Amino acid sequence: MNISRSETDAASRREYWAPLLELSAQEVFGLMLGEHLEAAAEPAPENTLDVTSMVELAGSLCGLLTLRCSSNSAALMATKMLGADGAGAKSQMEDAVGEVCNMVAGNFKNKISGIGEGCKLSVPTVITGSNYSLCALANDYTMSINLLFHGSHIVISLQLN
Amino acid sequence: MENITVLIVDDSSVMRKIVERSLRQAGLEIGRVLEASNGLEALAVLNQQKVNLVLCDINMPAMDGLEFVKQLPSVENAKGVPVVMITTEGSESHVVQALSAGARGYIRKPFTADQVKEHILPVLAGNL
Repeated sequence: MNISRSETDAASRREYWAPLLELSAQEVFGLMLGEHLEAAAEPAPENTLDVTSMVELAGSLCGLLTLRCSSNSAALMATKMLGADGAGAKSQMEDAVGEVCNMVAGNFKNKISGIGEGCKLSVPTVITGSNYSLCALANDYTMSINLLFHGSHIVISLQLN
Repeated sequence: MENITVLIVDDSSVMRKIVERSLRQAGLEIGRVLEASNGLEALAVLNQQKVNLVLCDINMPAMDGLEFVKQLPSVENAKGVPVVMITTEGSESHVVQALSAGARGYIRKPFTADQVKEHILPVLAGNL
């Protein structure tokens, strides 16, 4: 995506970050999985989101980007990413969802002019299970987008310190 | 160049498969594909085997891609072997760091097979 100067200025403002995050996710799913994500009209049922991938951001943008989905969605992501090698995708779902989260985080920070430049990403961490709570210390900004992948919810959240 | 040997360095095995598939979709004639999950493993592979091209992620445990590129000249088998970074770290400073360290090209994730072809062909032709 080419961004003009006025769009570049706008991209540094937080009110534009939700659409930029959704665009980042759409590009990753489109290019790497050949899939289009739909906007979700209803909130995601929390008990279905049993896979959480997270990538830490450090530097000019400091916080955490998480991608949460069901284990079935994570396995489907692995299948789509592996293509003809989709056999055994279930065992690779953590790897796949971690890499998707990593690419969404990288793609998003690359779209935020002037801020993403001084920001570094960690390698992804993946948690399976839903009986946990996540608390980012000194959290002063949170946004989430709720999307559908093959009819199942995917929630992508950004928490910044 | 026909039937080239490629080393793909990425801590994600899924991503290594995607990179290999993209190389084949791009029409490159790939012979052998070797894999490593970080820079240290990649240096060990290159100490044992000769390759024509290395495709390397940046953010990896043990040894990241930038350190790997810096250490590559110390490996006899790897002298002159081109390295192209394939990474989510797409900021200008990362591109400059990678190219200064000796990488010949830089592909941002997510990518298409056409983008892979566009970046790899000039490198293999020795034009970059």
